[in-house]
Order: sequence, then C-alpha cells, then structure tokens
Amino acid sequence: MIRFENVGLRYGMGPEILRDISLHIPERSFQFLSGPSGAGKTTLLRLLFMSLKPTRGLITIFGKDRSRISRSELPLLRRRIGVVFQDFRLLDHMTTYENVALPLRVRGREEAGYRTDVTELLKWVGLGDRMHVLPPVLSGGEKQRAAIARALIEQPEILLADEPTGNVDPPLARRLLRLFIELNRLGTAVVIATHDLGLMEQVDARRMILAGGRLDVYD
Amino acid sequence: MTDLSADHLHDEAVETTPTARRVQRKMAPIVPAQNIAGRALVLVIAIMTFLSCLTFGAVTLVRDTASVWENQISREATIQIKPADGLDMEAALAQASDIASEFPGVKGTRIIDRDATARLLEPWLGSGLNIDELPVPRLIVVTIDEASPPDFAAMRAAITPKLPSAALDDHRTWVDRLVAMAHTTVTIGFAVLALILSATVLTVVFATRGAMAGNGHIIEVLHFVGAEARFIAREFRWHFLVTGMKGAAAGGAAAIAVFIVFSWWSSRNMATPQADQATALFGNFAIGSTGYFGVGLMVLVIGALTAATSHATVVAYLSDIDIRQPESG
Repeated sequence: MIRFENVGLRYGMGPEILRDISLHIPERSFQFLSGPSGAGKTTLLRLLFMSLKPTRGLITIFGKDRSRISRSELPLLRRRIGVVFQDFRLLDHMTTYENVALPLRVRGREEAGYRTDVTELLKWVGLGDRMHVLPPVLSGGEKQRAAIARALIEQPEILLADEPTGNVDPPLARRLLRLFIELNRLGTAVVIATHDLGLMEQVDARRMILAGGRLDVYD
Repeated sequence: MTDLSADHLHDEAVETTPTARRVQRKMAPIVPAQNIAGRALVLVIAIMTFLSCLTFGAVTLVRDTASVWENQISREATIQIKPADGLDMEAALAQASDIASEFPGVKGTRIIDRDATARLLEPWLGSGLNIDELPVPRLIVVTIDEASPPDFAAMRAAITPKLPSAALDDHRTWVDRLVAMAHTTVTIGFAVLALILSATVLTVVFATRGAMAGNGHIIEVLHFVGAEARFIAREFRWHFLVTGMKGAAAGGAAAIAVFIVFSWWSSRNMATPQADQATALFGNFAIGSTGYFGVGLMVLVIGALTAATSHATVVAYLSDIDIRQPESG
C-alpha cells in the first residue's frame, strides 16, 4: 500500500533528518513506529501523509509515485488516510459531532446522509453522550477519541496516529489500543507512532524503530 | 462505519432519543462566526468606509459646485464711465446704455443715478455729499440673459471708440479666479480621496490578514481532513465577503446619514446667514445620485477586497503548509 525506497529528507540546507528509509506498509497491517523524542517520527508520519516531499528516494502511495502526485490529487488521496494528530487539532467552535463529521462535510455530503454513521461511530469510541459538547469541555482522553473518530469517519485504508496515548492514563491507553486493534481487525492498516514501550509490549506487532535518522524494522 | 461492532469503549448506557433530536440543530459554520479580530475588522472597515465615503461625497460636492461656478457667467456686467474733460456724463451714460441694450443677450440696462451713486459712496465720504463737486465715475448695470450671454468683446469694441473713458467689466477676471480656485480645490479633493482610498485598501488588507491569522489552525485542519483548496478558499472568501460588506455597509450608511442630516439642516436653515454662506460655497449639501452610487460602489469594492484578501491569504497559507518545520517527534 505504501512503500519507501531509500528515502531521505532534509529541511533546506540542514542535515538529513531521515536517511535511507526503506519500508513497506502492507494492507491490513499493524505496526508501531518508535524512537526517542526528536528522532523524526512526526516527520516520517508527514511523509506517509504526503504533507512533506522527500528530498531523495522513492515513495509509492496507493500505487502512485509521490513525486508525480499533483496538488489537486492530494485531497482525494488524503481521504484514504486517517490521521490522529498528537495535539488532536479539533476545532473549538464545533461540537464533537461536528468535528467528527467534518471530513464528510468538506466533501459536500448532506448531513442527513451521514448523521447515523457519525452517531454510531461516536458511540463506538465511547463519546455517545458527549456528542454536543465543545472540545474545550472534553477531557484529554475524550479529545483523543474524538480525534480518532474523525480520522475513522471516512473509513480510511490506513490510520496514522501520532502519540495517541501521550495524553491519557494507562487504563485509557489500553482501551485506545483495543480500539486500534478492533479497527485493524475490520481491515484498516494502522501505524502508531509512540515512545511508550509499555504500550508496544501489549501487542505482538511489527515495530519500526527510528534512531539517528535511520529506520530499523523488526517484524 | 455502520458495520462497526457495538463494542463500546464505555459500557454506560447512551441516551439516543434526545441525542438524535439534538443532532437536528443547525451545523456550526466552518469558519467561526465572529471572534475579537473579526469584530475589530468590521469596525475598521466601517470606519475606513465612512471616511472614504465622506471624502468621496465632499469631492463630489466640490466638483459639482465648481462645475456650476465654471458654467455660470455673471448675471450682470457693469459699464463704468470715468469723468473726462468736456464729457457730458448724462449723455455718455445714455449713449453707452443704448449701445449695450442693442446687443442680443442683454435683458436690460440700468443707470445708477446720482442719488444711488452718492449712497454707494456714503460709507466712505459721508452724507450730504454733492456728487457734482467730485470726479466720481458713474455706473450702468447691464442685466444679461444667462442662457445666451452677449458677446462682451464686441460690446467693448462698440463702446470704447465712442466713449474712451468707458470701461466694460464682465466680471470675467473674478469668475476666472473662482474657476481656477475651484479646479485647485477639486484636484486637492481627488488627491485626498486617492490617499484615503489607498489607506482604506491597505487597512482592509492588513486587518483582514490579521483576522485570518487566527484562523490558521482551521485552514490546517480542513487541509488535513482532505478538503480541497478551492473548498477552503470558498468558505473563507464567503465569510470575509459578508464581514467586509457588513462593515462597509455600516460605514456607507453612516456617511449617507451625515449627508442627509447636512442636507436637511441646510434646507431647514435656508435664508439664515450661516446657511446662505454654506450654500454659496457648497451648494445645498446634497451629494446627488453620483454620490449615492459611489457610496454603493465603495461598499461592494471593499467587500470584494476583503474577500479577495482572505482568498489570497488562504492560498498562500496552503502553499506554505506543507513546507513548514514539524514539531520534534
């Protein structure tokens, strides 16, 4: 589904942040992306999300060469990728329901057509009773789940989550992990960027470790 | 996602009926209705539009008045006959009056008689003056048909050979000076208008960009959830068009109100010395259809300018979004 071959990235004239990264994320796979803070996990996620272009190497996403994807094609491809940001990025003037429905709304879908789906998904992530609450009122864990629900609403083929358990206590982290596993069981490939070793030990999944700009993959 | 299992993370019961009912409410706009920067933008646009419209109205007023001055030939001309040796003043006055009244475009002539001349000089020379003792020039007032004024050069050419001491004053010098002054005033007015409009454009652009700065996270989120650039630009353009139009309409309406109040004041105080003086200078303070059209146009242009600035900001932000440094991670 996504393939990197000898990918390198630098900002401007600075040093290479990522060097010779080669990886393959197959469909329906589950993997952790780990490494110390500042190792470039977020940058690698941004490459996966096509929010950055590599300075060298080849990236193939959904069978397309990244360097040949035009700006106008990006939104359509991005809809096939769900992203959960470390800082949630929920819009404070919209309720939980509206935030989760946003990806469908920007596609011009009528609310009547997706109301049930959004409501069901919010119940699934345990926010059925927080649907009409504005994000500032939500707890860290609730915000995290709202962000996950927003990433899932379009039934993406792959979910990228950046430190999804960084702001929650261990019991909730375990519950969120169960949610990702459930999602993967339903057919979505999952990449979780985390430096939480405890979280990774709970699941027997592929681990991609970033250190010194290089990536080691442990299947 | 309807095929997802109902394996909730939380097991507590969820009230579905009231929830479903509440979902029916109107969705929040993608761009938040107003924040402090948005309200400040409306205010700034209103003030700048008000000032621009006032300047535009004032320039229209001055230009109309100048055009009246320019086209208005003095309703009267004067023939002045100076005493000279051997000149029979009364005969000369009659002769000049006859010559003048023969010209087409002259409605009538009136000789200022001795008593009237004495009264004219009374402020300077006192009463009880015997006018025959002094070599005082005498005047003939020539009333002119404003629609088709006479040929003053021909009239002068007809009078001067017969009466060398006579001089025809058609007030042209005075009118010319007035017209030159009016032209200068209009030119200055247009320069001030150009400055005000430039200041308005810059203020609107910077205020819009300021208001947009607070919306960067919204553009980013929309971008990352797969919204197309033109969708994001359209949302912001529409929002800022409405914001700009609101401010511009308020400013334009306030300016029109000022002109209506002045117009009403000037008509209410007609025939008072102050109003007469103001009317003499500026006409009746009505800006006319051109003025109102200009105000309307300005409201539209400022609204469009606000929308265009927000559009450009969104486009610039989107092109910049993918090359900014990420946070460490």
